[in-house]
Amino acid sequence: MYRRLLRSVREYKLPSILTLVFMVLEAAIETTIPFITAKLVNSFEAGASMPELLKIGLILAVMALISLCCGGLGGYTCAKASSGFAKNLRHDVFTKIQTYSFNNIDKFSSSSLVTRMTTDINNVQMSYMMIIRTAVRSPLMFTFSIIMAYVMGGALSTTFVIVIPVLVFGLVLIARKAMPAFRRVFKKYDRLNESIEENVRAMRVVKGFSRENYEKQKFISASDNIRGDFTKAERIVALNTPVMQICLYFNMVFVLLVGSKLAISSGGSIVYVGQISAMLTYGMQILMSLMMLSMIYVMLTMSGESVKRLDEVLREEPNLKNPESPVYKVKDGSITFEKVGFKYSETAKNFALSDIDLDIKSGMTVGVIGGTGSSKSTLVQLIPRLYDTTVGRVTVGGVDVRNYDIKSLRSNVAMVLQKNLLFAGTIKDNIRWGNKDATDEEIIEACKLASAHDFIESFPQKYDTHIEQGGTNVSGGQKQRLCIARALISKPKILILDDSTSAVDMKTDAMIRAGLKKYLPKTTKIIIAQRISSVQDADLIIVMDNGKISAKGNHKELMQTSDIYREVYEQQTKGGDENE
Amino acid sequence: MNKHAPKGPVRPKAKKGTFGRVVKKLFGYYPVLAPLTVVCILFAAVTSSIPAIFIQKVTAAIEKWYKIGDWAAASKEIVPLVLTLAVFYVLSMIAITLQSQIMAYMTQGFLHKMRAELFSGMQNLPIGYFDRNKHGDIMSHYTNDIDTLRQLVSQSLPSLIQAGTIVLCVFSIMIYYSIPLTLLVILGVVVMLLVSKKIGGGSAKYFIRQQQAVGKTEGYIQEMMNGMKVVKVFCHEETTAKDFDDINNALYEDSFRAHAFANTLGPIIMNIGNIMYVIMAIAGGTLIALNVPNLSLSGMAINISIVVPFLNMTKQFTGNINQLSQQINSVVMGLAGASRVFALMDELPETDDGYVTLVNAEIDEQGNVTETAERTGIWAWKHPHGDGTVTYTKLTGDVRMEGVDFSYVEGKQVLFDVSVYAKPGQKVAFVGATGAGKTTITNLINRYYDIADGKIRYDGININKIKKSDLRRSLGIVLQETNLFTGTVMDNIRYGRLDATDDECIEAAKLSGAHDFITRLPDGYNTELTNNGSNLSGGQRQLIAIARAAVADPPVMILDEATSSIDTRTEAIVQKGMDKLMEGRTVFVIAHRLSTVMNSDVIMVMDHGKIIERGSHDDLIAQKGTYYQLYTGAFELD
Repeated sequence: MYRRLLRSVREYKLPSILTLVFMVLEAAIETTIPFITAKLVNSFEAGASMPELLKIGLILAVMALISLCCGGLGGYTCAKASSGFAKNLRHDVFTKIQTYSFNNIDKFSSSSLVTRMTTDINNVQMSYMMIIRTAVRSPLMFTFSIIMAYVMGGALSTTFVIVIPVLVFGLVLIARKAMPAFRRVFKKYDRLNESIEENVRAMRVVKGFSRENYEKQKFISASDNIRGDFTKAERIVALNTPVMQICLYFNMVFVLLVGSKLAISSGGSIVYVGQISAMLTYGMQILMSLMMLSMIYVMLTMSGESVKRLDEVLREEPNLKNPESPVYKVKDGSITFEKVGFKYSETAKNFALSDIDLDIKSGMTVGVIGGTGSSKSTLVQLIPRLYDTTVGRVTVGGVDVRNYDIKSLRSNVAMVLQKNLLFAGTIKDNIRWGNKDATDEEIIEACKLASAHDFIESFPQKYDTHIEQGGTNVSGGQKQRLCIARALISKPKILILDDSTSAVDMKTDAMIRAGLKKYLPKTTKIIIAQRISSVQDADLIIVMDNGKISAKGNHKELMQTSDIYREVYEQQTKGGDENE
Repeated sequence: MNKHAPKGPVRPKAKKGTFGRVVKKLFGYYPVLAPLTVVCILFAAVTSSIPAIFIQKVTAAIEKWYKIGDWAAASKEIVPLVLTLAVFYVLSMIAITLQSQIMAYMTQGFLHKMRAELFSGMQNLPIGYFDRNKHGDIMSHYTNDIDTLRQLVSQSLPSLIQAGTIVLCVFSIMIYYSIPLTLLVILGVVVMLLVSKKIGGGSAKYFIRQQQAVGKTEGYIQEMMNGMKVVKVFCHEETTAKDFDDINNALYEDSFRAHAFANTLGPIIMNIGNIMYVIMAIAGGTLIALNVPNLSLSGMAINISIVVPFLNMTKQFTGNINQLSQQINSVVMGLAGASRVFALMDELPETDDGYVTLVNAEIDEQGNVTETAERTGIWAWKHPHGDGTVTYTKLTGDVRMEGVDFSYVEGKQVLFDVSVYAKPGQKVAFVGATGAGKTTITNLINRYYDIADGKIRYDGININKIKKSDLRRSLGIVLQETNLFTGTVMDNIRYGRLDATDDECIEAAKLSGAHDFITRLPDGYNTELTNNGSNLSGGQRQLIAIARAAVADPPVMILDEATSSIDTRTEAIVQKGMDKLMEGRTVFVIAHRLSTVMNSDVIMVMDHGKIIERGSHDDLIAQKGTYYQLYTGAFELD
């Protein structure tokens, strides 16, 4: 799990290793400094000569300088390594997602992918930084300090025999108790924030039903509940401070008492003031490094979740691959479905599509109609190979779609999705998604065909109007028309409109269809619609019901043969009949 | 505060007085605990500064006795000293334990109270606030800003007090022992502060830039993850990945610089501390060796018993100064967060001067309306007058708009002289292009917004006189954008009327045609909905929303594109229920689909904020105007 993630370190291996080296050096020097300082202090009393004093002082100053350089450089390389690792990781995850098929995308919700790429990677970056900086430094500091303390203080170092186990025991106990508590409360906290978001989004409903007070009560009790859990968890963690202080204070009292006894009874030969002072410093260093270790432990376990979630994304194998020797040329817009059956996943119980046989000639206009859940969208998504069939095969231009180069196939089969969206950028930028080399004239032509030209011209900045993320600054109908234009710009051999004019008024809808028929006679047009009027004049109308083709034929035939079709038709035109 | 803040391109700014307001709130919420904590912190801080005094005394004793080597005699002097220290430590332990426990309790309580106040205040804001502000921005008050507040209250403020106290205590002890040595320490501290200001400033600058880069990256990721299927359909994977790399690299640059500055600051400051330590030692040694006369408050001469604790104090002093300078940054950030939270709290709530209320009523044979305590199914408007009398008007659902003008933004009028009369039980439809002002009309009837000119009367009462919550209770709305809440299907339907029984909810679901599909859900009415009912289709969500309005049983209903996501076949199936639901109610219908509005009593055709045609379907067809064109548009190709 960790190994797959660590592959993203790549060119930042060198700074990572350098960081470790600098940290080892820094730790070594830092633990020697108190040792030499003790000498310096002792030399006051020994009445050492000034040159002697200055010599030790100089050594110390040089050591501090080296430590400064190591620490500084280590900090620098560490920043480079961890930021670089995060950058590579973001790149890898993002590129990986780009290789996903629709099937893979369905598995992850888009918001979970966003969290993985932001919060999770951030967690990993922070842990990585912590690990390369302190995971080596702290144990080293710990070991060096103990050795130095023993070498110098002798009997005084027995204080650590008492202090260290107490501290380790305390810290481990606290970490183990606190972590699960925090994990639980963070989940609750996320849910609380989700419910706030829900409330903000549904404010019209809340106010419409005068539920402000109800919402307040609901929120306050949820928030209070979290307060309780958070307080419990934080109170456990808050024990860290007293535990740390006990050890520190014990060390101080012990060293002062035993140290002075030793110093006085040995006449200053075993330990002296310098050693006592140094022992206090070592005590501090040992305790701090233990504290750091416990923080690393907590951090690692906390980021374990993040690592797991990122690994899931990186491990996911795209289940649509380009064939070995692909066909690049799409001959024409003819389509056949041969005994096609389809399930969304292997484990799914029911087939979303079954027994589909179709023969669509190039240039035909095909209407697809059917209730919600009748798998209309699923049917057409097989044509640009957004999914692979489970049984049977789909051909375009006489070739199995699985034999095409995916890019060539999809640029010839343009699809306007039902849940469509525009991207942040100008209108022109958005239309050019369909064909990045399109000239301004071509763009205008496509927009005219999609009945979008007029309203675009009515904007002050016309085709350079900036579209907000998700296309929120244009109306639903305008958005749909821009999406159609975007699909038309690639001059596809097959055009699929999946309920793409639902927010467009009928007149404009009719105009668009008439335009398509007139200007794109060779393009096969597949139109999924709710309104009968949108498909009525199609060469072939397919009536879908429950994943099967319930009837097919033209309008006249279906009025005779299909109950469903007739029922929908009558319902939609009922008012008109009464009027006659 | 800002004076100490690092220089940067965009510095988070807090409004003046924010600090005082945070402290006031904290002490207001916890009038006993908050001061107690301060006392504990002060005590602990003082205790941790005094060991120097003891070290000095013990060192002096060692110096005095070690040549004689008589521990028994020395212990009489040393043991009481150490014991006193131990007593101080025990007390300090108690103070620290108490303080850290109270702090954990208080911080979370404070955050809870702030959240609750924020949320409650937000519920009272006018709908305009939510239309003007992005939901993400509102959310960040609850996530980011509350988090910075937590940092401020639980860490920055206590450590400011603590470090500040220690600095003061240590400084006093230092000048007590030796003024020249103290001056040397101060000199070192100045150097340290200059360095940390320089590096810290760079760090802050890049952290702010990193924050902006993070925002940009997140925005891009969000957009592309949402549009992943569109990306695939257009084979835009490579371009998208390339664009992402550019943004990602920019983020790396800022992140790297920010962390590089932050990471190097620590070791540099620490080693300046080390160097100062050495300088102190040499200076102390020199002074001892040369026997330079000392200048101090205590009048003691310089000797080893002063130099040794001084060395420790140097570390403590610089360490705490360092702490102070680091905290200032997060105090600035925290105050900026707090000031954003306060800004939301200070938003003006929706005003409600209404005094006409909705009450349960009984009507006797003479037609007199009297108020009752229990639910009778009959409602009346209770209208108190200036002279103390009260009149009751039966709630019938008669809504009249006369000459209404309205604009959301000054200078951009969206409704012009709109008049609509809806008699009880009538079905009034609005037809027109997006932006024609259909939804705006309904926004005005339930007073999401207030009209600029004209009058809206409900059962003859000016709606400005009706209490908003009562007005809205009498109106059922179903909006195009369906919002469901986390909870079961039953909970969601009951949202319309909290005291509705299960049977009443199921009845409402049957009426609105939702019952069938609900029973087919895995857990029927107990199926949990999450994430705005994302496991249901758009049409199913709309059906639940209709059931939710139906259970409230309001005399007036507003259906704003309420069936737009229900396919026509299903609509035909639920039509009967819908007709029954609308029976006896005044209904305002907005729809794109003419089949939904055709059987209305009156249809208003709207264009650019004006009603351009009105009448029944037959009238409008006969007029051969815009409606006629819309209607026949569908059959143009025949």
